[in-house]
Amino acid sequence: MNTVTQTGRQETAAPAIELRGISKAFGPVQANKDISIRVMPGTIHGIIGENGAGKSTLMSILYGFYKADAGEIFINGNLTPIPDSQTAIRAGIGMVFQHFKLVQNFTVLENVILGAEDGALLRPSLSKARGTLKRLAEEYELNVDPDALIEDLSVGHQQRVEILKALYREADILILDEPTGVLTPAEADHLFRILENLKREGKTIILITHKLREIMHITDTVSVMRRGEMTATVKTAETSPEKLAELMVGRKVLLRVDKKPAAPGANVLEVENLRVVDEDGVERLKGISLNVRAGEILGIAGVAGNGQSQLLEVLGGVAHGTGSIRIKGQEIDLTGKHSDAQSRRARGIAHVPEDRQREGLIMDFTAWENSVFGYHHDPAYQKNKFLMDNAAIQNETEGKMERFDVRPPDPNLPAKSFSGGNQQKIVLAREIERNPDLLLIGQPTRGVDIGAIEFIHQQIIELRDAGKAILLVSVELEEILSMSDRIAVMFDGKIMGERLPQETDEKELGLLMAGVNGEVA
Amino acid sequence: MDFATVLQVFDSTVRLATPLLLACLAGLYSERAGIFDIGLEGKMLAAAFFSGAVAAVTGSVWLGLLAGIAASMALSGIHGLASITFRGNQLISGVAINFLAAGLTVVIAQDWFQQGGRTPSLVGGARFSPIELPFAEAVKDVPIIGQTYYQLISGHTALVYIAFAMVPLTWWLLFRTRFGLRLRAVGENPAAVDTAGVSVIGIRYAAVAICGLLCGIAGAYLATALQAGFVKDMTAGRGYIALAALIFAKWRPWYALSSTLLFGFLQAIALRYQNIDLGGFVVPVQFMDALPYILTVVILAGFVGKAIPPRAGGEPYAKER
Repeated sequence: MNTVTQTGRQETAAPAIELRGISKAFGPVQANKDISIRVMPGTIHGIIGENGAGKSTLMSILYGFYKADAGEIFINGNLTPIPDSQTAIRAGIGMVFQHFKLVQNFTVLENVILGAEDGALLRPSLSKARGTLKRLAEEYELNVDPDALIEDLSVGHQQRVEILKALYREADILILDEPTGVLTPAEADHLFRILENLKREGKTIILITHKLREIMHITDTVSVMRRGEMTATVKTAETSPEKLAELMVGRKVLLRVDKKPAAPGANVLEVENLRVVDEDGVERLKGISLNVRAGEILGIAGVAGNGQSQLLEVLGGVAHGTGSIRIKGQEIDLTGKHSDAQSRRARGIAHVPEDRQREGLIMDFTAWENSVFGYHHDPAYQKNKFLMDNAAIQNETEGKMERFDVRPPDPNLPAKSFSGGNQQKIVLAREIERNPDLLLIGQPTRGVDIGAIEFIHQQIIELRDAGKAILLVSVELEEILSMSDRIAVMFDGKIMGERLPQETDEKELGLLMAGVNGEVA
Repeated sequence: MDFATVLQVFDSTVRLATPLLLACLAGLYSERAGIFDIGLEGKMLAAAFFSGAVAAVTGSVWLGLLAGIAASMALSGIHGLASITFRGNQLISGVAINFLAAGLTVVIAQDWFQQGGRTPSLVGGARFSPIELPFAEAVKDVPIIGQTYYQLISGHTALVYIAFAMVPLTWWLLFRTRFGLRLRAVGENPAAVDTAGVSVIGIRYAAVAICGLLCGIAGAYLATALQAGFVKDMTAGRGYIALAALIFAKWRPWYALSSTLLFGFLQAIALRYQNIDLGGFVVPVQFMDALPYILTVVILAGFVGKAIPPRAGGEPYAKER
């Protein structure tokens, strides 16, 4: 009986959500242009597009966070104006934002009932929510300790709380904005299982993402957005990642990295028994030994938080450790005044940090100022003893921006006004153009548009082909597999093993990342 | 030091701690909702003047109290308008309120009463009178317990009992009711409240209004209960001491009670022992008078462990783009 109603509903019933002619402008920027979309009940609908394509704006309109300039919203076939979030919640819409909207020092229960309390006193609401949460946890694999404080939970669990919040408000339509951006592969898989469960119960899900793999993996239908417009809506089964990428970017995109076999030379970086203990006294690196040769990319795979960040920081001179690091056979100081980032740069180590917005750039400073940080003592940038030669720096930055296709190519814009991909290109240009012997690069394409990913990958390969050594850290397995000439997997501050990309696959690497030794398993 | 003296010092502690406690709780509501309020001082001062003035003119202390509360809430409204609706800087708005109150009270007082910026002395029904609790007279000779009851517990004005009753009430409101949950959430992460479909602005205004109400009572207490009439700058930095006590109390109601009692105690000591003789060395009266303020500076400089303020404190809320 269940199947009958479900298929019947899918064919004849009104769409769960229908948007007609939605437009929204922020000043001169047209974020959404005449967008129409139909999402059938009980399906998972993906919305894919580059950063800034207008996906989040569209969903914020649906959730009553912004007001559309024009257009109509229909929920289950009824015209439903949504002027505020309260209306959206009443209409059965729940939203899981990319940046969670949780109160950090409240318990899970308190966060769940906030705004949906049953009366003026908390006690009845809390005990009711406790029961509901228990039921939801069993139904959808949404287990969280109801009495835990949010700040003590992992990101994956915090996300579950957001989903629970929506379900507690009896949402039938769930919107998730870039839900896997902060999750480990295992957490992402768990999330997808939850979404499948929700779909089975007849909930409608809208998934916003820029990751093609997720779209292909879990959605029933997919809409593509480009520059504020809806360019296509297709059945997922009838499309391919290549086609979607082309629709997103507006031109053909190489999803596979095109590169020649490596021609490695002598060792550039040799690390022996490297150990790092952080401020809390926790040992984050437990005796790492590795080497990177000239003309080679060594990829470090691993779930975030297994010591990769510390490895990059010690090598880049940002953190302290013990052990031995040699560059071209020369020992490097790990303590003392020649152990800082500037001394490392002088030794030919360039560092593109994992968190470009916090460590790679100063967001309020202009592109030209950002393009010399770390190298600002270079005599070429000085006019005299006291003054910097700003004109020369601006000139040079303009050249860099052109070569690295930074858009818009205006050196006087602050870093924060560039998109993620263009910010990364500014950092990359700064580091690569110094012609380093060794490039340390962390999460090179995190939060970067698909078009820019292609460009950044090409730049890294070119540097390799110019005979430089590259240490690449990424949590994206696909990136590691396609870019690296050798792969080392880190788990719990140790190297679990080394593999050649052509002789391994995601499954084997995934096991190593989980701390299971491949040979044993 | 005999028991009677101890009781007297404690009694004076209670009376001096009352305005601090009210102002501290006022600040607690406001800051828990994410609105920093450095203007507690100004609001108390305005309330002190208007309560004193109205009580002097009408002869009714209750009308005076209402006038004080109204004046304080009007200033709260200004602070709310500046920092919630127009998303201005909360510190600057608070400082402006302090200047406004310091100047206006004296000018208006001079204009109305021509007594050099003070109100006429309040007598009779224009002042709050002590309340004798039941059986106080009967048990006053019973050693310790009876004495304590008569001296320390009984014989305060209504506002003192209101202030102390506010502590459990505030705790209950903040931690046991829907309003409290939302108020605390708004001070920690307003976006969470907004996306849950609850008005951030509404809750913040409510918090600021409660802050105005309590500051109004505190100010009225100064002019119509602790003393008999308004004098220029009579708050004497109590608004700032209350802020220090609030930080010391880590924004919690019961801790606020202890921290304001501590400050009240220091003031009581300074008042009673103008010169303390430490075996030949006499601690000067100026030092004793300065002691509460010195402690304030020490506390504000952060010598008292880690106090984590509400995370969204001081930041106007705007929907992000």
